[in-house]
Amino acid sequence: MLGAVRLGSVRTDRTALFQKREVRAVENKVLLEMRGIDKIFPGVRALQNVDFKLRSGEIHALMGENGAGKSTLIKVLTGVYAKDGGTIDLDGQKDVKIHSPQDAQKLGISTVYQEITLCPNLTVAENMYIGRGKGVGTNWRKMYSDADKILRKLDIPARASQQLANCSIAVQQMVAIARAVDMDCKVLILDEPTSSLDEQEVEKLFVLMRDLKALGVGIIFVTHFLDQVYEVCDRITVLRDGQLVGEYEIKDLPRVKLVAKMLGKEMDDLSDIKGEQGLYNGDDKDSKVFEAEKLSSNAGIKPFDFYIKKGEVNGFTGLLGSGRSECVRAIFGADRVITGKVKMNGRPVRIRSPLDAMKKGIAYLPEDRKNDGIIGDLSVRDNIILALQVMKGFFKPFTKTQANAFAEEYIKKLNIKTASADTPVKSLSGGNQQKVILARWLLMHPEYLILDEPTRGIDVGTKVDIQKLVLELASGGMSVTFISSETDEMLRTCSRLVVMRDRKVVGELSGEDLTQNKIMSTIAGGE
Amino acid sequence: MTSNQLFIPLMALILLAVVNLIVDPGFFKVTLGTNNAGNPVLSGYLVTILDYGSELAILALGMTLVTAASGGQDISVGATIAIAGSAMLRVLCGSNSRPEALAAPIIVAFLVACLVGMLCGAFNGALVSIFKIQPMIATLILFTAGRSIAAWINNNELPIVPDPKFGYFGGFIPGIPIPTTVFIVLICIIIMALVLKFTNLGLYTQSVGINEKSSRLNGINPTLIKFLAFVILGLCVAVAALIKVSRISTINYSVIAKDIEMDAILAVALGGNSLSGGKFNIWASVIGAYVIQFLTTTLYKFNVQSDALAAYKAVVVILLVFFSAPKVREYISGSTKKIRGRFSRSRKNLLVKDAGKEESK
Repeated sequence: MLGAVRLGSVRTDRTALFQKREVRAVENKVLLEMRGIDKIFPGVRALQNVDFKLRSGEIHALMGENGAGKSTLIKVLTGVYAKDGGTIDLDGQKDVKIHSPQDAQKLGISTVYQEITLCPNLTVAENMYIGRGKGVGTNWRKMYSDADKILRKLDIPARASQQLANCSIAVQQMVAIARAVDMDCKVLILDEPTSSLDEQEVEKLFVLMRDLKALGVGIIFVTHFLDQVYEVCDRITVLRDGQLVGEYEIKDLPRVKLVAKMLGKEMDDLSDIKGEQGLYNGDDKDSKVFEAEKLSSNAGIKPFDFYIKKGEVNGFTGLLGSGRSECVRAIFGADRVITGKVKMNGRPVRIRSPLDAMKKGIAYLPEDRKNDGIIGDLSVRDNIILALQVMKGFFKPFTKTQANAFAEEYIKKLNIKTASADTPVKSLSGGNQQKVILARWLLMHPEYLILDEPTRGIDVGTKVDIQKLVLELASGGMSVTFISSETDEMLRTCSRLVVMRDRKVVGELSGEDLTQNKIMSTIAGGE
Repeated sequence: MTSNQLFIPLMALILLAVVNLIVDPGFFKVTLGTNNAGNPVLSGYLVTILDYGSELAILALGMTLVTAASGGQDISVGATIAIAGSAMLRVLCGSNSRPEALAAPIIVAFLVACLVGMLCGAFNGALVSIFKIQPMIATLILFTAGRSIAAWINNNELPIVPDPKFGYFGGFIPGIPIPTTVFIVLICIIIMALVLKFTNLGLYTQSVGINEKSSRLNGINPTLIKFLAFVILGLCVAVAALIKVSRISTINYSVIAKDIEMDAILAVALGGNSLSGGKFNIWASVIGAYVIQFLTTTLYKFNVQSDALAAYKAVVVILLVFFSAPKVREYISGSTKKIRGRFSRSRKNLLVKDAGKEESK
């Protein structure tokens, strides 16, 4: 609202700002060069001989799937982690030593994180100057007027005296950037700054980013949104499994290729590995078990239509943050459903809470095993019987013998490695914890089972076990929705894929179309 | 887990007993005498502990549930005892503070007190579960206002119950030499045991306390469970109020059940229950309550001034907190391992030495 009025005068203000800083906007001047960066964590090589080059006056996207090493690289650069090998040159200085975030800041490397790391209960100006005082005594009036000046110059719709908590998330994000800019930063790292912003707010942020680019600041932009990368970035560096895949000019790397590079599948790598397994072949195999129309929740997904047939395995695919988990959470009633009609076996039903969904025969294995799945301190037995127990009712607890029988049955069936049924579930390995949660839902004998990333962080053997189990269940007539970051796995299990991008369903693939190629091009979209 | 948790309070109990036994073997003497009314009564320090630990034991039941479900504590129980007790007196005595006869049967008064106690619990529970206010802050409201509300219920008068039968609850029933409170505690424990056996209260409460998000995804309603825990504590408060008021057949608004909330929380902690919620052992809390009473009685026996009592209790709290801190536990288990290692090593050395020829230092 303030922006529109001021627009005219802003430009001149900005030129003043240009002059104040030395003009570094010489294109192609290398600002930051990281060479041969290694980082080893116990048991994992998080970064392996990674090179990264940032020029002044460019916006450089750092891309890669989860675990590719993006955040590790940034943490090495900002001094959060000490590197185990390699050198960093910054702005002409050879082999700079960055041992702490303070060091990084002094060298002119500033970071703005996804979660705002400012103090919401202080004013905007206080946030901009906190921790930068030279000693005792603060000239408050000067601080506020200076802050106001910067805000006006960057066209940020906030007043210096305003409490930060009263600003929108986007403005808070911008204040964080303003703080970084005022600290005369040369390298600005934006770590997923847009994930909590709406479209207009993102647009405002981009304007600010382009202004900074014009000032000669080198910006490293980390995001999961492809559209945004192609909107503002000049170059892309892709990482995968802790290794550098390559650095590309944006015009040389179409979306499809980018997705392929991120996932590590070349376009022609088309091994369709869908095995021969007995599909469900009952008379009702074409009946729709679950149907949703224009479903959306408060988690920010666009309304989507969806159905699943009896004995079918389908999946949601898309990059991380594309909204695939939010879709299934909406189906299960885990997030608050805002719009949409839902039918179970053709009959309209209302699902407003997980319990509603469970009563209708829907089970949901959540993505975040530790925070949403297990109840850590409870025993394996209690964790297994929990969902069925809740269904049975508050006043009808299972006897100890019954509970033990259930637990033992599934410990054997799923081959869960635990000392006993009394062991707290948190002391089990990740794969076994996952099996416990799987057992919890299978015990319920659901009609429709939703598995969100059931194989994440699990060893290969268990992965295959779970995939086989899914196909086995489906051939027995259970409908399964399977979500995985690994396209391989989805191709192996699913007969139909719903493709998501930027929290929207953008396509549906089945039969002939079910190939790596097709999935990638649908995920990438655009062009 | 369970046996492990009972270890600390039982050890404390044994320690106290041993200290008393060494200082004065007569501590455990229980004698059968007659009281002023000529009825047979048991007396002795043990009887005193069982009798006066009752209110705390009953409160510990509810406080354990609240702690487990909400990961916080109710600090208003003392004040709500005053409210429930005051309501009870109001029903018993009517508007006259010195009545000739009871205005209503005792059972009616007790049920009203239960209702009032549960309402107070519901108020706290709603603030915590629905409005997501920290338990200690939410219950600070009744903690502050409770005693004034209690006084207001009886127009700040101090009604005296005329019927001696009312005194039975906090004293002795003629002909039975055991304090009535012991039976009341037993009834409460049996009811709680039955509830835990025949409902899923225990499972739900623990699972909400450990992982609220996950519990919700398994169809549990965390809001309801937390609310329920506070209401159950409200009921415990009403029973405690019955005993407290019955002991003196009247009420003193500013003194009744003073500081009992801290003892109740301490009982839960002594029972080895995590004060940040999750897994609990309700019986360990009950034992914890009697440990506190044991300590109090012991201190009285050593003629410690009642003003100084709190300081001694504080020492116990410090020790308790110190030894349950993860860092200390780690250190202890580490050093015991070291000692064991050294011990076995020195034994090995000894064997080696024995095998070889003697060496002098």
